Amino acid sequence: MEHFYFDNAATTPVSPTVVQAMTDVLSHDFGNASSTHFFGRRAHDLLDQSRQTIAQSINAASIDEVIFTSGGTESDNTAILSTAAAYGQQGHHIITTAIEHPAVLKTMARLEQQGFEVTYLPVDGLGYVTVDQVAAALRPDTILVSIMMGNNEIGTIEPIKAIGAMLADKPVIFHTDAVQAYGVLSIDVQELGVDFLSVSGHKLHGPKGVGFLYAKTGVKLVPFMNGGEQEHKRRAGTENLPGIVGMAQAVRDLAGANKAKRRDQLLALKQAVLAELDQAGVTYHINGPDLQASLPHVLNLWFPGVPTNLALTSLDLRGFAVSGGSACTAGSLQPSHVLTALYGANAAEISESLRLSFGSENTLAQARALGQALVAVVTDYLQQTT
Amino acid sequence: MDNSKTRVVVGMSGGVDSSVTALLLKEQGYDVIGVFMKNWDDTTDSGVCTATEDYEDVARVANQIGIPYYSIDFEKEYWNRVFEYFLDEYRHNRTPNPDVMCNKEIKFKSFLDYALSLNADYIAMGHYAQLRRDQDGSVHLLRGADDNKDQTYFLNTLSQEQLQKVMFPIGHLRKPEVRAIAEKAGLYTARKKDSTGVCFIGERDFKKFLKEFLPAQPGAMRTPAGELKGQHDGLMYYTIGQRSGLGIGGSSDSSEPWFVVGKEMATNTLIVDQGFNNPRLFATSLSAVKLSFVAGQAPAAAFHATAKFRYRQKDVGVTVKMDPADPTSAVVVFDEPVRAITPGQAVVFYENEECLGGGTIDVAYDHTKVLQYV
Repeated sequence: MEHFYFDNAATTPVSPTVVQAMTDVLSHDFGNASSTHFFGRRAHDLLDQSRQTIAQSINAASIDEVIFTSGGTESDNTAILSTAAAYGQQGHHIITTAIEHPAVLKTMARLEQQGFEVTYLPVDGLGYVTVDQVAAALRPDTILVSIMMGNNEIGTIEPIKAIGAMLADKPVIFHTDAVQAYGVLSIDVQELGVDFLSVSGHKLHGPKGVGFLYAKTGVKLVPFMNGGEQEHKRRAGTENLPGIVGMAQAVRDLAGANKAKRRDQLLALKQAVLAELDQAGVTYHINGPDLQASLPHVLNLWFPGVPTNLALTSLDLRGFAVSGGSACTAGSLQPSHVLTALYGANAAEISESLRLSFGSENTLAQARALGQALVAVVTDYLQQTT
Repeated sequence: MDNSKTRVVVGMSGGVDSSVTALLLKEQGYDVIGVFMKNWDDTTDSGVCTATEDYEDVARVANQIGIPYYSIDFEKEYWNRVFEYFLDEYRHNRTPNPDVMCNKEIKFKSFLDYALSLNADYIAMGHYAQLRRDQDGSVHLLRGADDNKDQTYFLNTLSQEQLQKVMFPIGHLRKPEVRAIAEKAGLYTARKKDSTGVCFIGERDFKKFLKEFLPAQPGAMRTPAGELKGQHDGLMYYTIGQRSGLGIGGSSDSSEPWFVVGKEMATNTLIVDQGFNNPRLFATSLSAVKLSFVAGQAPAAAFHATAKFRYRQKDVGVTVKMDPADPTSAVVVFDEPVRAITPGQAVVFYENEECLGGGTIDVAYDHTKVLQYV
């Protein structure tokens, strides 16, 4: 049986260009970038080239504003815990949203245990927070606002630029988790007005175990990892050079007009799936903003009457990999905190929705096949139960 | 025979029996899918329920065997149809059998429905039980080949309709053989310890667990003559014939240990008496309710069979007299007196190796006298 992958918000297949770049490093450039000899210098140079590629991709003012980490989770943890440690004297209040990734929410929960007060802004029925909500939640003791750029489950794109502008003249650190957004949206950190921005390599057709944190010059940073003096003493531990070079290659592949082109391709895939559903007359609703407004690779659909778990299993048995959109314990799905924030705890959407997420490897033919598989699974199940 | 077009969904618990069940079916060429049932929410529990670890074992073994695996959540169904029944029986000071109910309502109902919606032809379970399919399509439920492990007692409620869609691939094996197959295949679960106790309670303190859900009403513990022997913590905690937990061992008048011989609900009194073979513990007959038969009906209005009144007990000869007015009720007369007949438990009938069906023990009698067990 052929298997098709539509879970690119979870992780993406590594692109051949990335494999090549990493293979070259693994084969030839094993040096430690901190060493003072020939081998170290080569590694250091590759590190700098990668850093520059990435700094340019977000229009950072300096290449030193890019800190390499082990991924999105570490970037989020670093930004939040560092701000709490460095600015805790100034205040103990933090603002975030109810639909952040667990890497943010669980870190907030830990800070709450340590005496911080966290405001979780509710979102509207499409997953949006507004600038006014953030402004209204601000207090004299607010030290951090952390709001994701694009939501991983429903694809809502938050008004980061407007929030950044509103916060510009305030003594508040602004962090955004751009793990899902980075691969599909043009990002200019200066225009966005953010102090921290988190990105992960493996969502971009790059490798796992590597990511970066943009940290604006002048913003205090307390290291999350302690040890050697790598990354200007901001992140200890020998740099994961093959991973970093691989991520930089993935970033290079998205440079120039490529991101916009990718957006169009992804949008066409979403439209192809929905066209199949519409043609077959299957009842569904989009969770989150409509196609044009959401992250182009994320499509969250509610199929009334069809349990998520069953649909996931049936699709997998037909060779289609999609997601229930949320974490599992013992293999069973936990109610999505994002859909709960949208609809309330008892809504049918929570247990009857699927997240489809697309990537560069998906073709229109695959998307149509996915649409047809969805039609078959949904109609089969609804027929059996009525 | 080409089995590849026959889809079998295996209930995998993460134990060695269901692991080998899946392995054997895969070796026989079936289209095998492993599914873990999550019936209890362990997120608020202090690490007693082992669902997370068990699912991890399912994942490991399924990958070794080369089958896809999934998980299905029946927490709500289990709570409503098994746990509520369990509590209700305790509320009435009876001793429920949640495993029988779980088979009836979850494993061979909800799970079967789920498997059918995945286009399964059969579900398979790692129970020690066997099936014989007749030419005419009827199915007989037979004891597992391992006398020590036979689980038909827990399967007594199953109907033709259910069993038509069921396989028990290890029923013809003995436990050591099952372990040997797992060892030989190098399965991760080959040496995993068998689970004990009721699935959602595990090995934790039963009394403490029950207390979380039901208010305990302490009361007097008396001899049949009315002599006060102490206090009990609540009638529901005690089962007829049990020794431990009485809290009055080592009495001066005799060295004979004390046993629960009765319960008096009206006065919330626990009746205790001395001697394992105390006459008050012996019944000569019982009345059974909620009877069902694997064949769909009783073999006759009155018939002789053997019976078990609890799991792993030796069979006792009985005569079953069906209630002419109610095909789900009967009086069961024993060939010889039986100790500690426990209301709430299952009475299960056999004809040689075949499990005929069973019901729930309602009242125990010593000849015409009702034994005050609930």
